Amino acid sequence: MEKSLNWREFIITRLIKASGYSAILFVALIFFFLVREGLPTLGEVELKSLTGTRWYPIEDYFGILPLITGSLIITIGAGLIAVPFGIGTAVYISEIAPRWVREILKPLVELLGGLPSVVLGFLGILVLSPFLRVFLDLPTGLTALAGSILLGAISVPTVVSVAEDALDSVPRSYREGAWALGATRWQTIWRVTLPAARSGVLTAVMLGVGRSIGETMTVMMVTGNAPVLAVKLGSIFSPVRTMTATIAAEMGEVANGSTHYHVLFFIGMVLFLISLAVNIAASSVVFRARKRAERILS
Amino acid sequence: MYKIIIENLSIQYSDGTESLRNISLNIRDKAVTVLFGPAGGGKSTLLRCLNRLNDLTEVSNSSGRVLIDGENILDPKTDVIALRRKVGMVFARPVVLPLSIRGNLTYGLELAGETRRSVLDEAVERSLKLAAIWDEVHDRLDDPAIALSGGQQQRICLARVLALQPEIILLDEPTSGLDPISTGKVEAALIELKKEYTVILVPHSVQQAGRTADHAAFFLQGELVEYDEGKKLFTAPKEKRTEDYITGRFG
Repeated sequence: MEKSLNWREFIITRLIKASGYSAILFVALIFFFLVREGLPTLGEVELKSLTGTRWYPIEDYFGILPLITGSLIITIGAGLIAVPFGIGTAVYISEIAPRWVREILKPLVELLGGLPSVVLGFLGILVLSPFLRVFLDLPTGLTALAGSILLGAISVPTVVSVAEDALDSVPRSYREGAWALGATRWQTIWRVTLPAARSGVLTAVMLGVGRSIGETMTVMMVTGNAPVLAVKLGSIFSPVRTMTATIAAEMGEVANGSTHYHVLFFIGMVLFLISLAVNIAASSVVFRARKRAERILS
Repeated sequence: MYKIIIENLSIQYSDGTESLRNISLNIRDKAVTVLFGPAGGGKSTLLRCLNRLNDLTEVSNSSGRVLIDGENILDPKTDVIALRRKVGMVFARPVVLPLSIRGNLTYGLELAGETRRSVLDEAVERSLKLAAIWDEVHDRLDDPAIALSGGQQQRICLARVLALQPEIILLDEPTSGLDPISTGKVEAALIELKKEYTVILVPHSVQQAGRTADHAAFFLQGELVEYDEGKKLFTAPKEKRTEDYITGRFG
């Protein structure tokens, strides 16, 4: 009896361990594959060409700078939209809305999060970009701005639901403590609830940004896909092309093992490194905050 | 003489449970009034009524009047924020805000718009001394308040309330999580405080009620059973139910 129980325990522990390690293994394998296919780029293309501003692979111009700036400008734009809206909505749902509104809004936001990005891209092409073209008097509505707005809309639900959970887990006693001191509702939110939930809110922001930097379909559909270096402020009103869209659009037409093929993987590596950097930056901030709290509590 | 006059106060929560039934109670200035009785008797509800913290929970129905300095604070036109500055509250579990010790103390004043450093510093020192914790923390005011022990945190919370210079201090089982020594310190602070403030205490035991009460009110299931001077009520209660409770026959 006891022996069989021990065996069961042993097997279950091992299974859990194995699945834990396999997650790490898969990421490592993906990274290995990415490096194997992408690294030859450095031998085949001169660094000068790679860091150039011209992306025209047919004539061997492999400047990835426009693609990086394209991704960045859209991500920043999306963040500027998603973060205030997302946190605002989260605060409203968790702190201000009466219960029945909360019970309608919360599932609605989560439903929005499940919307396929291609559908949003479709809306972008048919509704948003014609509107932007007419409203802002642009030659084309397929711009970085359209991409930013849509990506913002895509990341809002992520930001909202994670931030809302974080706010919700702030003990009620914190709020009552502030109220009892004569804080208004807004003062309580701004100076007690949000700071107390800050690591969760930061995670929400980072997940939102992560979601928008990796998003492919929507940006491919609405940003116009012109690999132009986006450094001016006005670039937000012109077409851009992102790293993700480039890989998605060109991977299918490229000869296996060619320079172009390697460069596409190299772009994938860069993308991977960028999101890694974002994650490390985020978790180090969260970690620092937590370590401080743990030190205090011990 | 009477700081607070409660007239025929009834409160019903929205889930249908009745929490207070027709309470009338006059609370004296510059004294410790103790509200005690078994759990669910409505003591906390009454406390939370006095600074309108009940506004934020699901109260469906209330009737009656609560007069503080002659003004009915249940009037919808009452300035709740100002009321809460005048009527401070200390909770059962110490809720220090995620700030430094000094930050916790100046928080309420800063909310009220006070920015002068000298005023804030003066308030910090005065209220920490009143709450009998100045000696323990005066050399580390910028440390996070969470680093303090439970008993110290509770006195920080008391000091935080005092910093606002309220007129009435509500304490909802302020020593329920504290060891006897910390409890003694908090109680000693209360005795000191009643010289200047109206103190209303929900104690966490009958013994504490007996130790601290100038006046005591015994609550049972939303009803005010008996209200008298502490000495009389704890030595010669008029009501059988009060006697049963304080001699430990139930509750």
